[in-house]
Amino acid sequence: MNELLRRLLLLPPQASTIARDIDYLHYFVIITTMAGAAGVAALSLYYIVRYREGAGHGMNPPPDPRPYHAPGGVSLWLELSLIGGLLALFVTWWIIGFCQFIRIVEPPSDSMTIYVMGKQWMWSFAYPHGGGSVGVLYVPTGRPVKLLMTSRDVIHSFYAPDFRLKTDVVPGRTTQLWFEVKEPGRHPIYCAEMCGAGHSVMRAEVIALADADYERTIEGLAPLAIAGPVQGQAIPFEAEPQAPLSLAAMGQRVAAEAGCLRCHTVDGTPHIGPTWAGLYDAVIPLADGTQVRADDAYLTRSMMDPAAELHRGFLAVMPSYQGLLTAPQLGAIVEYIHALRDVHRDEGAAPLPVPVPGLVPLVTPLEGAAPGEPRAVTPGSAGGPP
Amino acid sequence: MTSYLTETTGIKSWLLTKDHKRIALLFMVATAAALMLGGVFAMVIRFELIGPGPDLMAQLTYNRMFTHHGVVMVFLFMVPVIPTVFGNFFLPMMIGAPDVAFPRLNLASFYVYCAGAVIVLASLWFGGVDTGWTFYTPYSTTSPTSVAVAAFGVFVVGVSSILTGLNFIVTVHTLRARNLRWMMMPLFVWAIYATAIIQVIATPVLGMSLLLVALDHAWGLGIFDPSMGGDPVLFQHLFWFYSHPAVYIMIVPAMGVVSEVVCTFSHNRPSSYRAIAFSSLGIAFIGFVTWGHHMFVAGMSVVDVGIFGILSMIVAIFSAIKVFTWTITLKHGRIRFTTPMLYFFGFMFLFVFGGMTGVAVATSSLDVHWTDTYFVVAHFHFIMVGGTLTMYLAAIHYWFPKMFGRMYPERWGLIGAAGVILGFIFTFTPQFLLGNAGMPRRYATYPAEYQWLNVASTAGATILAMGLLVNLGYLIWALFKGPRAERNPWGSRSYEWLAPTPPPVHNFEAPLEITRGPYDYHLPEHE
Repeated sequence: MNELLRRLLLLPPQASTIARDIDYLHYFVIITTMAGAAGVAALSLYYIVRYREGAGHGMNPPPDPRPYHAPGGVSLWLELSLIGGLLALFVTWWIIGFCQFIRIVEPPSDSMTIYVMGKQWMWSFAYPHGGGSVGVLYVPTGRPVKLLMTSRDVIHSFYAPDFRLKTDVVPGRTTQLWFEVKEPGRHPIYCAEMCGAGHSVMRAEVIALADADYERTIEGLAPLAIAGPVQGQAIPFEAEPQAPLSLAAMGQRVAAEAGCLRCHTVDGTPHIGPTWAGLYDAVIPLADGTQVRADDAYLTRSMMDPAAELHRGFLAVMPSYQGLLTAPQLGAIVEYIHALRDVHRDEGAAPLPVPVPGLVPLVTPLEGAAPGEPRAVTPGSAGGPP
Repeated sequence: MTSYLTETTGIKSWLLTKDHKRIALLFMVATAAALMLGGVFAMVIRFELIGPGPDLMAQLTYNRMFTHHGVVMVFLFMVPVIPTVFGNFFLPMMIGAPDVAFPRLNLASFYVYCAGAVIVLASLWFGGVDTGWTFYTPYSTTSPTSVAVAAFGVFVVGVSSILTGLNFIVTVHTLRARNLRWMMMPLFVWAIYATAIIQVIATPVLGMSLLLVALDHAWGLGIFDPSMGGDPVLFQHLFWFYSHPAVYIMIVPAMGVVSEVVCTFSHNRPSSYRAIAFSSLGIAFIGFVTWGHHMFVAGMSVVDVGIFGILSMIVAIFSAIKVFTWTITLKHGRIRFTTPMLYFFGFMFLFVFGGMTGVAVATSSLDVHWTDTYFVVAHFHFIMVGGTLTMYLAAIHYWFPKMFGRMYPERWGLIGAAGVILGFIFTFTPQFLLGNAGMPRRYATYPAEYQWLNVASTAGATILAMGLLVNLGYLIWALFKGPRAERNPWGSRSYEWLAPTPPPVHNFEAPLEITRGPYDYHLPEHE
């Protein structure tokens, strides 16, 4: 029955775990809609024929003798039950739809995160392992995947019809979307928000792979050109093969190059900005008196608009990194902060002096960092793109 | 007594007239031109979409086409058409007034409309606009096309809309005939009155936000540009705060026409006058707090999604009340099946299906899949265009005898109406399915699997266009050659039919004495 209705309504395959439930509501709503429109049309047609002028003697009753504003062409009871019934139907749709909507927007806590960046007119993706891809999103099956998305230029909308999911990708904001793909396969991605001449070719593809295949594929992905903006329609990174770098290690490099580490320490020492040691997922007080959990979204937001949710006790001196960091770079930095979550905060240590240009901040070496990874990074001295 | 058509002659007597009826005819010509121009853009879109690739034009050109289709149809045709043409002509007559309250302002509104229309069309010369009629930022503020010109043109048209709305509100309050109480006004007057309230309250917000877009685009103010600290989503809130009520600016006057047509041709009183009158006001007010349902996937909070969802469903209940009332009005009537009644029948199907798919897209989890796809395109064409266009045509046929003193050919009328309604259904039913299948809107090129539905839609659009051309042809013929009409050919009880046909300059031979209600079909036609 599900399959029959799905094909009749031309709905795409139900590739995500939520798709089937949404389709059930779809069948309910659309069948009721068709029945309602057909019912009203049929009743009107019946009346138009039955009460046509000159339909034969006795068919046309004499005009209603009451004045036009007298109450009651129909009994109040019938009117109220029709309206009440319709309202009950609509509220039923609303309740089911809203419960499903909450499921759509709340990712499970064990979701794997992939960073998505939309730009005119391409999609690029950065994975926690460090690799990146353009135009193809690799996801595992049977595991929830969370996409943290932002745009480099105008508003786009990430739309995967087979998953029944769509979320706008907005510059200056990070939006998220999650799904769990049921089986290996390929599914289209479209941009659904008008974004310019190439809007209709801003398409990509999801390739869902079984776990083992997935790990192997992801390991083989080269990182995107992480130190510079993503350029052109370049399909995977064309450079000589290299040792895969973990995303966290890459984040360390980016943080040094972008100057983050001039103000943020990674060993808990107090400094100009909040230390990154143990920051990830901690509940931190804000300057306006509220609190926030330093999750992926908060960290990303803080890089885009640092003054919006300022950590209490710190000055609003950080510049916005909007447009300066690519989505993969953002993702790498967040992953680096994530990796520092268990570093002990040394609250008692003496604050570092305000740096003068050229001062070398301390960098804690990362566990699992590839050999040859810099132990300390001098701002400005680290090389260009890997 | 000479009619308003022949009282004075010469081009100048038309272009500088302060008679509400002549101004209505000026608007009729201008809006009909807008309809034809928008229709040409629509056909260009449909023919481009016959094949999946870029067949006839480059993608940027296609984007300009759908933008101009939307801008022309929404701002130059659908929003103004019924109020400025039939509202202008019949609202004063229906309340026994000799004219609107501010005749000069009325003429000014026409020329402001024309100026706005010229500016909007002038943007075509400066590179056109490719943002869609919604002008979403930050694309619209960075687009290489002439967004500022078009946005300013729409701003000017909005001024015309406000002037007309203000005029109607004052007219209804101050110029009703002696003894004409509020609850004795024809339902079309209630509908135009409710619309005028929305026009006056909501249009300034559109003007303001489009002006900000124009300034942003021209001088880079950065109000909606995140790289300069602006907020692009703020624009969506401002835009839909007008543009959702604008949907009701388009459909509520059409509902007023339905009420007149269904009562006149059923020779029956409305089954509940109060329900129809007050639901117009209900739509006008609740319609202001539903705009957020356009932005469920734009990163809005979950609580907002829930609230806007339920409010959108409540506003649909008012429309449902009207549909029930109209249907029951047919019962126990003496129904004369004319061209307006065929349009009424088409309206009922299009409006109920379009309306319920509206509730469907307000259902938040379903909206996630459907928003920005062809499902939404089909939905709003069904309800806005299906509702407004069918009732625009019904109004032309219904009031044609009174306006021009001649009858239209009934047989041709029915053929034209059948063409329009069937063509409409054939155009947009495939688009509902395209949306289900996941085809995003505003796509110049598309995956090949969507082709057969696009071909079907283009075939339907061709039937629709032919139906409209048939209408145009025999109406022009009837204007000059149609048989002469009597004073009240349909046996209506509404007050505008008490005037001579066609009406003299000040509408009635003597001040109207109201002795019965506008739907008292149990009383004789003449005292």
